Amino acid sequence: MSTTLSPSIRPPSRVRKTPFVFRPVSLLVVPGFAVILLFFVYPAISILTRAWTHFQAPQEGGWDNFAWFFTEDVNITLLLRTFGVTLLVTVITLILAFPFAYLMTLVSRRWLVVLTTAVMLPFFTNYLVRIFAWVVLLQDNGVVNGALSAFGIEPFHMLGTTFAVTIAMAQTLLPLMILPLYSVLQGIDRSLLRASESLGASPAKSFFRIYLPLATPGMLAGSVLVFVFGLGFYLTPAILGSPQNALLAQQVVTQVQDLLAWGRGSVLALVLLLVTFALLAVAMRFSRNTVSSAYGIR
Amino acid sequence: MKSMEKSLRRSSPSVGRILLAVAAFLIAAWMIVPTLVIIPLSFSSSEASFVFPPPGWSLALYENLSGGAWRDAALNSIKIAAVVTVLTTILGTAAALGLDRSKFPGKGLVTGSLFAPLIVPTSILAIGIYAVFLNWKLNGTFIGFVLAHSVVALPMVLVSVSSSLRVFDRNQENAAASLGASPLTTFMSVTLPQIRSGVVTGAVLAFLASFDEVVISLFLASPRLQTLPVLMFSSMRRELDPTVAAAAVVVFALAAIAIPIVALIQTRNHHVR
Repeated sequence: MSTTLSPSIRPPSRVRKTPFVFRPVSLLVVPGFAVILLFFVYPAISILTRAWTHFQAPQEGGWDNFAWFFTEDVNITLLLRTFGVTLLVTVITLILAFPFAYLMTLVSRRWLVVLTTAVMLPFFTNYLVRIFAWVVLLQDNGVVNGALSAFGIEPFHMLGTTFAVTIAMAQTLLPLMILPLYSVLQGIDRSLLRASESLGASPAKSFFRIYLPLATPGMLAGSVLVFVFGLGFYLTPAILGSPQNALLAQQVVTQVQDLLAWGRGSVLALVLLLVTFALLAVAMRFSRNTVSSAYGIR
Repeated sequence: MKSMEKSLRRSSPSVGRILLAVAAFLIAAWMIVPTLVIIPLSFSSSEASFVFPPPGWSLALYENLSGGAWRDAALNSIKIAAVVTVLTTILGTAAALGLDRSKFPGKGLVTGSLFAPLIVPTSILAIGIYAVFLNWKLNGTFIGFVLAHSVVALPMVLVSVSSSLRVFDRNQENAAASLGASPLTTFMSVTLPQIRSGVVTGAVLAFLASFDEVVISLFLASPRLQTLPVLMFSSMRRELDPTVAAAAVVVFALAAIAIPIVALIQTRNHHVR
């Protein structure tokens, strides 16, 4: 079968499949893998299988927890709200990230360091610290309301609303959009734009017809990363939002911690996990390197 | 004629470029400035609430931080992160080396599960670890915190060591071995010095991953043993103790120190190449 592949597609060494030979060096993986197996894989499996073993009345067995998930209106609302907020956050970060990442490709080396630091600082800052800052800013007698009333705008209640959650999530996730987007934008050959303009295209037309299609893998990779991480956000909605407008990851914790409904919590966790992996799988198909390199940065 | 006019205009900064720079400046400000409110707040004299701007200035909040529950929590965080850093740097470097140097059945699955903690939402991780640790009596124990934090720290080391191994020329090891060096000597004197930047970066990231971990720690914490982020979370939710501002500044400073260290290591690495 290997004869059908031309050597230009695969390097010759990989065309011939080498039989498995045990090498002692592979044992180096064992201790690290054991930690992951015991304290990640096993806990994950044991919690997810509770969807079929732990029940709250009126559920009593089998797939009842799944039936509960799909028949309760609150769950559908929860799912739609989570997707809605995360999608909005993704759109906001994409709109903000594009000009920033674009400028990063134009500036001198020194300014690139400045801009990169501006991205990395929030990236490395503890979530709690950033959320705390938003609590201070958005509280009823906070900085934002103070500024609004200076402009004659009536102060309004922001903490505990989806508005506060969206703002803080967009700020927290922006670096995750900028980094993969920049790595794609810096690889775009700008002479293509000059070529298109010299052939008579307007700058706007050459941007939309040449630059934007080339930037799409970066926008896609960034969007998937932001969306996937946004879906899993727990702390931001837990502190800045309220139980009435909870998001999915928050509800997983509430079911388990407050209601002791392990089975229901694990159904919600399964939904969250399935959506996460499905999105990542799709994104990997489109732009494997961009997504994995973005994880590399993280 | 028109295109010449355009190329002339391009030599000086266009209106578009200026607008772009202004937009980028505003975006950078939006990423950084909101967080900075914690700095003046941490010097507030008000010990009642998060009043901003502060009614007066004092070091009272930092004094709170250096004693009692806050001090214990901070020390716990540092101790746990230190042990996690040592443990995961060794295990992660070994695993990266093993994955880089061998092929075995199921390698894709092993690699996938080693990196999976980066992708799986921490709330799921947290309830899973909590449930299992209840049975194993590890909740609220030092070793429980270390093991749970290792799960999120290990992939960090793995990512950064793997990427430095990718550019390492393995022929040098063969040369050392053919000159009679043992595998251990070869590793210590040939391989390690060249992947050092990856190992050190991994160690810094592992420390931060443990020190900053919140969600899993919330589940593991007990009244006797809690970490700094756990205490920050609870005082933030109850809006009671403004000492959280001083704690936030300390944690923020840690990130601000870590970035130049990582950047320095990475750029030095580029010079070698």
